[in-house]
Amino acid sequence: MKWLGLTPFALYVLLFLAIPTVLAIGTGFFTADGSFTLAGLAALGNESVLRAFWSSIWVSGLTAVIGAVIGALLCIALAGARPRGVLRRAVDSASSVLAQFGGVMLAFAFIATIGIQGLITTLLREQLGIDIFADGVWLYQLPGLILPYLYFQVPLMVVVFLPAMEGLRREWAEAAAVFGGNSFTYWFRIAAPVLAPSFLGSLLLLFSNAFSAYATAAALISQGSQIVPLQIRSALSGETGASSSGSAGALALGMILVMTVVMIGYSAMQRRAARWQR
Amino acid sequence: MSAVQTDEKVRHARPSAAVSGQAAPWFRVTVLLVVGFVFLIPVFAMLEYTLRGTTGGYSLEHWTGLFAPENPRLYRNLGKGIGNSLLLMLLTIGYVWLLFLPTIVLVQLKFRKLARAFELLTVLPIAVPAIVLVVGLAPLYRIIAQMTGGDVWTLSLAYGVLVLPFAYRAIVAELNGMDAATLSEAARSLGASWATVLIRIIVPGLRRGLTSATLITAAVVLGEFTVSSLLNRMTMQVALIQVSKSDPYAAVIVSLLSLLTVFLLLFVFASLDPQRRRDRRSARAARRAGLGAEALKKKEI
Repeated sequence: MKWLGLTPFALYVLLFLAIPTVLAIGTGFFTADGSFTLAGLAALGNESVLRAFWSSIWVSGLTAVIGAVIGALLCIALAGARPRGVLRRAVDSASSVLAQFGGVMLAFAFIATIGIQGLITTLLREQLGIDIFADGVWLYQLPGLILPYLYFQVPLMVVVFLPAMEGLRREWAEAAAVFGGNSFTYWFRIAAPVLAPSFLGSLLLLFSNAFSAYATAAALISQGSQIVPLQIRSALSGETGASSSGSAGALALGMILVMTVVMIGYSAMQRRAARWQR
Repeated sequence: MSAVQTDEKVRHARPSAAVSGQAAPWFRVTVLLVVGFVFLIPVFAMLEYTLRGTTGGYSLEHWTGLFAPENPRLYRNLGKGIGNSLLLMLLTIGYVWLLFLPTIVLVQLKFRKLARAFELLTVLPIAVPAIVLVVGLAPLYRIIAQMTGGDVWTLSLAYGVLVLPFAYRAIVAELNGMDAATLSEAARSLGASWATVLIRIIVPGLRRGLTSATLITAAVVLGEFTVSSLLNRMTMQVALIQVSKSDPYAAVIVSLLSLLTVFLLLFVFASLDPQRRRDRRSARAARRAGLGAEALKKKEI
């Protein structure tokens, strides 16, 4: 009777989180007629699948590192601003919009900016004679994902890392001053070690964010499946033929494996970071 | 002698007092200006793109074409998609309020031992990305479609899972901040039922957390593309991609407008300071009381 209050939520999560997750992984282990097979897993060793995983990992890694560094600099610059001032409110709201709402629309933004007829493309071509697409139109290929991804990675870093920056106490700077330290020793010997776990945790969150991102890539790249989410798209829409749902399951399993490793690292970093947040 | 000593002490104290714990002003200004400028370029580029005339030069034709549609067929799906997305938004917000909120409060107040496991559960939708979830949702929605006809509203059930991590964080942060346990115990000992505690104690105290959970939910649902496109349902983002193929200008205009609208919504919300509002309200009350006193005085005269 006591547990009755939790049942609706438990049922909901079972139906729409647990069952779909099990189904997603499970389809990789069964053939179309329902018999158990490991053939789906073999698809993970496929050369095009391996290449997609590698591309996903390096695009996510690269944009996570660049996004985390730029985002952290932005947080340091913002840390002094009044928390309810116009600047902070504008940056907070803009970060939320770009990190949590953008998706497809960010792809359009970059088509308008560095597309073939984009503002920057035409400016560079007509004013400076530089053709950014001299070696082919890379915006609709794998390298084209980097700039749009950074456009949501940097804001996400602000969303997740700014609270950690605000956990830095004034007293620590004062303590550094009392013991004869200067700003340099404060930033490098107090702030940096305290923030390191939060920074690495945020970096991992950015990685997982880019790794699981689908909308921006789907809107930009309509042909080919350069990254894993796009491989799942073509598997689901049956472009690859017979064993499509099985290979979607195998790809899903591969993604979950990568995400599990990343999330374990993330929660370890969170635990370390929590030490300073009491 | 002593004057020299204090002078020295002051000089000695000065360099260490310079540890402000904040970055140098030149650094802050440079970073903000450079990053701000770079991030505004795509927004400006979108605006410039929509103002290009078909015959060269600049014109408003794409904007007027969108708002006075001579060929409504082109934008019919866009209107339908926006309508569907708004409906899904309302339903998903409903789950946050009527299902997630009571459960979170219950776990935090009555089942403290479950709190850690519950938190892990709410992180799962991040560890299992939407693109993975949709692989398992596809067979599930084939069954749902047979049972309910597969109307677009059924998508909201999947969306609830997507917003769970964000809604949970926004609500729990506020819940821990208001010392809900003590407040609810006080109310319970005065004879209030759990429903009363939830509606009259917890919800008013959670106003900020609930508002931000609601706004994040709205943003995530309106921007959702992965699940709806792969399950072949028409939502705003799916319609945008469709429209962009025949009329890229319209797609960019709608994108620009929705990005700006959601930004303004969040910005206005962030500007609503409950503290300031409360002050203003009490000032108003005081003024009214003052007026009352004056009126009384006049009567006396």
